[in-house]
Amino acid sequence: MSDHDNLPSFCHPAAPKLLFGVFFALIFLTIFTVVTSASGKWLGIPPAFTFPIAMMIATLKGFLVCAFFMHMWWDKGFNIMAFLSSILFAALFISMTLMDTGHYQDAIESYDVKQMPKVAEQLADEA
Amino acid sequence: MVDAKTRKQLFDTPETHFLNCSKGFKSWAFTLDHKRIGIMYLIGVTIALFLAGIFALVLRTHLWTFDGATGMSDDMYNQMFTLHGAVMVFSFIIPSIPAALGNIALPMMLGAKDVAFPRMNLASFYLWIIGTGLLLTAILTGYGLDTGWTFYTPYSIETQTGVIFATFGAFVLGFSSIFTGLNFLVTVNTMRAKGQGWFKLPLFIWSLYATAIIQVLATPVLGITLLMLIAEKTMHIGIFDPRYGGDPVLFQHFFWFYSHPAVYIMILPAMGVISELISVYSQKRIFGYSFIAFSSVAIALLGFLVWGHHMFTSGQSQVVTLIFSAITFTVAIPSAVKVFNWLATLYKGSILLNTPMCYALSFIFLFGIGGLTGLFLGALSTDIHLHDTYFVVAHFHFVMVGGTLTALLGGVFHWWPKIWGRMYNDMLGRAGCFLVFSGFNLTFFPQFVMGSRGMPRRYASYDPEFVAFHQLSTVGAFILGLGILLSFLVLVYAAFRGPRCGSNPFKAASLEWQSSSPPDFHNFVHKPVFNDPYDFDSQVYDEELDTYISREFADPATVPPRKEPVHH
Amino acid sequence: MAVADTHSLNDHHDDHGEFIAHHFDSPEQQFDSGKLGIWLFLVTEVLFFSGLFVAYTLYRNHHPEIFEQAHVFLNKYLGGLNTIVLLFSSLTMALGVRAAQLGKNKNCAIYILITMVCATMFLGVKAVEYSHKWDMGILVRSAFELTYVHPEPTLGIAKALHISDYLVWISLIPALLFGGFLLASGIAKLTDKSLCAKFMLGMAVTISGYFLGVVVGLVFMAAVEGNGDEDHASLRNANQPIALLAMTQETQTEAESATHNEADEGDHADDHSHQHEQVFDKHHPDPETLSRDVGTFFSIYYCMTGLHAIHIIAGIGFLAWLYWRSLAGHWRSDYFGPVDYVGLYWHLVDLIWIYLFPLLYLID
Repeated sequence: MSDHDNLPSFCHPAAPKLLFGVFFALIFLTIFTVVTSASGKWLGIPPAFTFPIAMMIATLKGFLVCAFFMHMWWDKGFNIMAFLSSILFAALFISMTLMDTGHYQDAIESYDVKQMPKVAEQLADEA
Repeated sequence: MVDAKTRKQLFDTPETHFLNCSKGFKSWAFTLDHKRIGIMYLIGVTIALFLAGIFALVLRTHLWTFDGATGMSDDMYNQMFTLHGAVMVFSFIIPSIPAALGNIALPMMLGAKDVAFPRMNLASFYLWIIGTGLLLTAILTGYGLDTGWTFYTPYSIETQTGVIFATFGAFVLGFSSIFTGLNFLVTVNTMRAKGQGWFKLPLFIWSLYATAIIQVLATPVLGITLLMLIAEKTMHIGIFDPRYGGDPVLFQHFFWFYSHPAVYIMILPAMGVISELISVYSQKRIFGYSFIAFSSVAIALLGFLVWGHHMFTSGQSQVVTLIFSAITFTVAIPSAVKVFNWLATLYKGSILLNTPMCYALSFIFLFGIGGLTGLFLGALSTDIHLHDTYFVVAHFHFVMVGGTLTALLGGVFHWWPKIWGRMYNDMLGRAGCFLVFSGFNLTFFPQFVMGSRGMPRRYASYDPEFVAFHQLSTVGAFILGLGILLSFLVLVYAAFRGPRCGSNPFKAASLEWQSSSPPDFHNFVHKPVFNDPYDFDSQVYDEELDTYISREFADPATVPPRKEPVHH
Repeated sequence: MAVADTHSLNDHHDDHGEFIAHHFDSPEQQFDSGKLGIWLFLVTEVLFFSGLFVAYTLYRNHHPEIFEQAHVFLNKYLGGLNTIVLLFSSLTMALGVRAAQLGKNKNCAIYILITMVCATMFLGVKAVEYSHKWDMGILVRSAFELTYVHPEPTLGIAKALHISDYLVWISLIPALLFGGFLLASGIAKLTDKSLCAKFMLGMAVTISGYFLGVVVGLVFMAAVEGNGDEDHASLRNANQPIALLAMTQETQTEAESATHNEADEGDHADDHSHQHEQVFDKHHPDPETLSRDVGTFFSIYYCMTGLHAIHIIAGIGFLAWLYWRSLAGHWRSDYFGPVDYVGLYWHLVDLIWIYLFPLLYLID
């Protein structure tokens, strides 16, 4: 970026070419993910893979947005670490909860709604 | 080299300082000064403390006899303990040390003029007012709130009391807490004094930093939990409500993912205060600096991995229960690291037993008991027996009141001369501390015994066998209340009528003591330069100013030689 | 060690630039603080949304069948359109940041205006989607009651345009805002406040994006689902799993003990399920094994997209502030922080949509 020599050190304008390139890549990926989802059968993608593929594409798109639109590529390591730690903690939250709730789903499904204790409003109605 | 005139200008009580540099209601209501916001927070949390304290005294009075001494209905009793818990947790303990004391001390300890985002700081205070107002609206509208401060589903969905108001209040208070935490993280990262590396920060800053990590990472989850609860209650979205295929235990996961780390929001800053007090009043370099610093961060991170230990009897799966129980015990390690380091700091120190130090020593004792009884609750087999008994009540009060409240009082006494430039009456302060300590123990020690014998918590009436314990507890509660009231009066008197004191009456070495008392609006008249916070030999007595000042500023003719070489 | 820095005694009112706050030493310190601050704010945003992602993951893992049955009601082409609109707004936002970094305030204002138009357009498409679902009785779990026939519009304007009543009601707010901004712009022009006039006009243009979104959304939906309102309902009947109706019945009677005419609708359901059994069986399991919890999917759908929409609306507010400041010419190469920070927020809103789109629309 030779034409930006007089800019302060914290100012990194991204090249328009790069931004447009990222944008078209994102559009391509969006169309691609809709197509694979809509006609995965015809493309010969097993149904079990369509969801992981969609999520991988989403992650790739997320990477492009983070790295270039959000300037993470040029950002301080600490900021990147801070942001990524949020995903780590969200993953912790999801995984532990998933692990636990998986064990008692039967109890919820076999729960007979009619046996629910009456709530205050129902009791009031009856009285 | 500094002449006497400059010294006077820097350290003597100034004509204009942050308290009187501008006057009138607006100069406080719209101030961006962290010290004024801290004072307003201090006033706010004191009001919340007294309010919730009165609820507690009403509860204790009710429990004087086994069938209820006040004639309060059982529903009323439920509402009373819920409001006591909710106001104490969300409006008092969580903001108490970080938002009140931290706001005043943190930027000054860094040698900064203010926190990074002063407007956000003020917004945080106003959100606190709104949130607390909404919590209290639940009473004023006559609906009350009877879910306990945890808002467990499905009861919170069914009850006709003011859950929506209260949860929205807690939601707003959460954002107030996030704003404070975010502000502190950024301030510590970008606004440290020149030469002040991460390992030259006072330990109070480390603990506030660890607290802020939790505030930023955990509190948003509380926000979404409470929003989902409100949606569940108003629209029945079927995520938590079993009548619509929801999972009520899931709510507990959501709630404790925030609220367990929040327990460390409550205790970590208290530990930071104690690290300062122990070191200053022993006039000894803190023992194991980096261990204490890292143990704060370790507690903050481990705090995210143990939320399930609140749910051992909720129907949670056994695998998860085992994992959570095992990780729970590891939290004991960093906690014990701190306690042992404080004890090692005290060893051979020149201990000054004034009011803040008395509180600090009470803290170590009470936190020790609170922490050790936690082990019984973390162990699966004993927890099944002790769950939802007075043992639990006593345990968390030992940590929250014996820990946080004690440290808050100690910290307030410690920084009070800095804020007002006036000294408190130490004798009465110590008397207050004695009342708090003895009243507290009298209140909660019997509860351990009751709890282990099967007295369930949250009951408005009880088996006559427990009468003696409950009465001891009630007497203790009033003594504790008296002690807090006495401390409050001592402090208020000192703020307005106490004798003038110098900039650094306690020979403390951290940066905030390098400013005048009360400090200038910009905190420092000079540009402060980094000073080792635990090198007490760096401070020397100045006769003219009758206070301690840094060697660099002192008259070279009167400076005694260093007792120990400069530590790097 | 402390060194007495007495040269700077009483000297902190050193000449700061126009937009450098008093407590910062340099523009760089101010920028770094703001940047870390906004990143931490984004951390809180991610964790704020994480609760809903947890709910999504749990229900998808434990009840995959309700997701398979429910997703047919979501139009993936409308979702894809909205994704592209948001991505484009992200591009213009990034270009706006670049313009601010180079001190080109005028360009920055234009880019921010385009970003805002895209944002309201997104909301317009969303309004079409929402109102369409409400018409069909696709609501949150407790109110979920699928109907096949669109209710006849009762409002005159809805009849005239063949659109849903709900859409008219939602559009009332932007319509009022649009008029308000135009009026304000006119008044400002008359009173010679040119900056204000420009700003208000820009906001009116922003709001018009909403109506563009509504029109594009309606056209898109008509193109995808067939044309004309008459055969709309019948087409939907042919395409969608009838068993859902029976399922809803079960929910109603068991859980809510609602007092509507069961026999009537039960017959209705039977008729259709006979007619369309073939269509249905290809994609879906036996109606007997269907979960009663399809409404839960839409609870999660409304929570996620609703919270996202709230973030879009808040984002428009922040962007409007930037737009004002761009018009006022505040940005310089050493002071462009606010554009950068709001940009980061805007990209995060985009990022969350990037995940919501496959999670909600592309279940197959």
